[in-house]
Amino acid sequence: MTELLSLSATEAKRALTQKEISAVELTTAYLEAIDQTAGLNNYVAVTADKALEMAANSDKKIAGGTAGTLEGLPVGVKDLFCTQDVSTTACSEILRNFVPPYESTVTDNLWQAGGVMLGKLNCDEFAMGSANETSCFGPAVNPWSAEVPLAAGGSSGGSASAVAARSALLATGTDTGGSIRQPAAFCGVVGMKPTYGRCSRWGIVAFASSLDQAGPFTRTVADSALMLSAMAGHDPKDSTSAPDEMPDLTKALSCGVKGMKIGIPAEYEMDGMDPEIVALWQQGQNWMVEAGAELVEISLPHTKYALPAYYIIAPAEASSNLARYDGVRYGVRTDDVQSLDDMYEKSRAAGFGDEVQRRIMIGTYALSAGYYDAYYKKAQQVRRLIRQDFDTAFASVDAILTPATPTAAFALGQKQDDPLTMYLNDVFTVPANLAGIPGISVPAGLSKDGLPLGLQLLAGAFCEDKLYATAATLESMANFTTSAPKAA
Amino acid sequence: METDVSNLVSGRTGDWEVVIGMEVHAQVTSQSKLFSGSSAEFGADPNMHVSLVDAAMPGMLPVINEECVRQAIRTGLGINAQINLTSVFDRKNYFYADLPQGYQISQFQHPIVGEGEVTIELKDGSQHVIGIERIHLEQDAGKSMHDQHPTQSYIDLNRSGVALMEIVSRPDIRSAEQAGAYIKKLRSILRYLGTCDGNMEEGSMRADVNVSVRRPGDPLGTRTETKNLNSVRFIMQAIDYEVERQIELIEDGGEVDQETRLFDTSTGTTRAMRSKEDAHDYRYFPDPDLLPLSFTQAYVDSLKAELPELPDQIKQRMVTEYGLSSYDASVLTEERETAAYYEAASDGQDRKMVANWMSVELFGALNKAGTNLADCPVAPQQLGALVGLITDGTISGKIAKDVFADMFDTGKNPADIIEEKGLKQVSDTGAIETMIDDVLAANQDKVAEYKSGKDKLFGFFVGQTMKLSRGQANPALVNQLLKAKLDS
Repeated sequence: MTELLSLSATEAKRALTQKEISAVELTTAYLEAIDQTAGLNNYVAVTADKALEMAANSDKKIAGGTAGTLEGLPVGVKDLFCTQDVSTTACSEILRNFVPPYESTVTDNLWQAGGVMLGKLNCDEFAMGSANETSCFGPAVNPWSAEVPLAAGGSSGGSASAVAARSALLATGTDTGGSIRQPAAFCGVVGMKPTYGRCSRWGIVAFASSLDQAGPFTRTVADSALMLSAMAGHDPKDSTSAPDEMPDLTKALSCGVKGMKIGIPAEYEMDGMDPEIVALWQQGQNWMVEAGAELVEISLPHTKYALPAYYIIAPAEASSNLARYDGVRYGVRTDDVQSLDDMYEKSRAAGFGDEVQRRIMIGTYALSAGYYDAYYKKAQQVRRLIRQDFDTAFASVDAILTPATPTAAFALGQKQDDPLTMYLNDVFTVPANLAGIPGISVPAGLSKDGLPLGLQLLAGAFCEDKLYATAATLESMANFTTSAPKAA
Repeated sequence: METDVSNLVSGRTGDWEVVIGMEVHAQVTSQSKLFSGSSAEFGADPNMHVSLVDAAMPGMLPVINEECVRQAIRTGLGINAQINLTSVFDRKNYFYADLPQGYQISQFQHPIVGEGEVTIELKDGSQHVIGIERIHLEQDAGKSMHDQHPTQSYIDLNRSGVALMEIVSRPDIRSAEQAGAYIKKLRSILRYLGTCDGNMEEGSMRADVNVSVRRPGDPLGTRTETKNLNSVRFIMQAIDYEVERQIELIEDGGEVDQETRLFDTSTGTTRAMRSKEDAHDYRYFPDPDLLPLSFTQAYVDSLKAELPELPDQIKQRMVTEYGLSSYDASVLTEERETAAYYEAASDGQDRKMVANWMSVELFGALNKAGTNLADCPVAPQQLGALVGLITDGTISGKIAKDVFADMFDTGKNPADIIEEKGLKQVSDTGAIETMIDDVLAANQDKVAEYKSGKDKLFGFFVGQTMKLSRGQANPALVNQLLKAKLDS
């Protein structure tokens, strides 16, 4: 059984194709792993019957020679993706009873490719958080935890935790400010955020529309390329979906970095950074040079404004995006009310958690008459400057190497009362969302406490090929093979 | 703008100038809604035309309907307006039960159509140019029904998301009459273009009216906005009421409050709805789900080349080519159907005479019968033929009126009616002379009086002769021959 779980997606795909294993066997192993690791709280719904049915169907397709690119591979889905006839809550009280009659484009793409749905994964409420602690189901736990339960990161904490715990082979995530890359780094897995527009946002519960982007959680870089190729694609139902063709990512994996220029941004060396992170970053640079790349010192001068700009733009969009959760048409409604306004106030006060309410208030304030110019408009100007910083950088480098997070995973509850420190977790990841460029977090080493640490690579918009070429190199140089102590 | 003295309203303490601006919401004629594929048809059972997007289900995204964009551009071209090749959709945020998204997608800072103008003509023949500030595209809200249940409100989302054009005038309107002429002219242009059906009673055209008064030459007074007027009559009533109310208020030493008012159709009065202080802060910001709307000048040019002939152009042709008065031409071109009827009826006939016949006899008969041109029993060619029979001397104008009444009742051709009833005009000089001789012989005393200077008796002889001919004598000939005999 553990043998099945130890296969990467690429290996499992080969084994399935050669009929060494069956999809039902593989899925059964994962369903059992989900049971065994239930304490990690990374699933909020398990769709075992559906999984076995889909797996059986995959076996038929493999036998019939009509297998898709992900045929028979078990996938966990962040509970932000609408899944037809399967509860979709965004881990919020306000949607606790919501069962969509439709399937998101990204998950539909995955099922079309033969993916097998295991269930829905825990995340921060409406993807707002960096530790999965704002979920109405309680936090997902990092499988690297020893005595003290550690944060799996957020918002896609359940996805990172499940892939690291080997209770999902593949998982979807969404990344608005780092919600894929940060938990991936915390849990020692590969997390990738594509170029804005690569993956359709249709059917994904919106947090901040101009920043949200779906992406894959996997154990290896090759698996990431495999899964992204299936998820992405132009969708006429999303006006911001890009028509650009995805480059051949499998080919990119074996390109190497010989002759490539890797940018090292001076501004990412921040005061008070964990020396372990600094050391790992330096190590990563050495690996790149060893592999034949050339390091180039670059400047991204507006980096320090990224976080403040992000925490204006994202809440502003969220304050409007979440207005539809009013208890009128679906979701939870408080019944003991005197008027329409009363119904809104009571339903939303009961349905939204503290962090969501905080961001709705920040966003509402930032868009208010008299404050719009000082906050939202200014933040958008900053955003343009950050995009220009990257445009300038990518004129002279192929990719940029940075740390993924300022620290290793912290203990659950540690930062709960201090939203600002929590927001600082996104400092290395947020700029890519503001600029719309792709980024990937690759596990690259262990801290002195034995916790995984990640490095981040960034590439120009729609240059996922370069991103995967550098990420594959980083992965092989780092040779990160340790699995989480609490993995199934 | 100069004060137009003819429109001043006199109050107790002197003259007042009325200043009116209008915002007209016109439903775009299109198969489907502005951002979804559901039908935009009027009159379906509640909630039958509602897509996932219209109901603002989680993760749903708007996609612009190109037909609505095309119609807005054509409308802009129809009022000689600036067409903006790039415009932006914004979110207008507010909570209401029939607004599922919690925001309306509209255009705030960058509308699709910029400045244009509409020329109106009043009964006194005066012409006024009303400036148009802008036209923008926006979604309609749903409908709240408060009379279906004793304690609850029902929501019908059929209209939710239907495309509206908001046509904003400059404050160039100076009287209720002008306002009435403006809305009628605007409706006429929209109907010619086929961009809005203009059916105010079905709500596909509604107006918000801004009214203020001032002393001639003074800066603008404080305005009130009366919302949602859905007939020409209500618009004019609301203005008359507001003008009177505001003048009285100021003359009594009070001040007009800047507020939104509601019109009560049963009493013809307006009442305060909400004050400026309670006004919503709509927190407009660009909708991140939509890219800026852009198209090429070539596209605009192609739409311009295909525009139908508009009322002003037809009117111009009627004045210069057909010799009609400007006012008659205005009346005939107000409705596309009327103009088409006129063109067909007057083809090859005396154009002016046909115009008179239409505005006096035809419209009179239609009014009396409580019907309209669409159901007119007299075909345009039949009316033309009738006029032809007058001009060629077959019947007199007086007889023609009887023939017309018959045509209206029976739908028969005028020639057939004349034939059947033997109404053909007598133009035989000999026959008329015989009749004149008989009349003169029977009235020798009057002939003597006439000859002694009582000129007025001439009419009496004409009347007697016509009576003797049962109206069929050619009146011009009767005049001519009588004169010759009496004056000899």
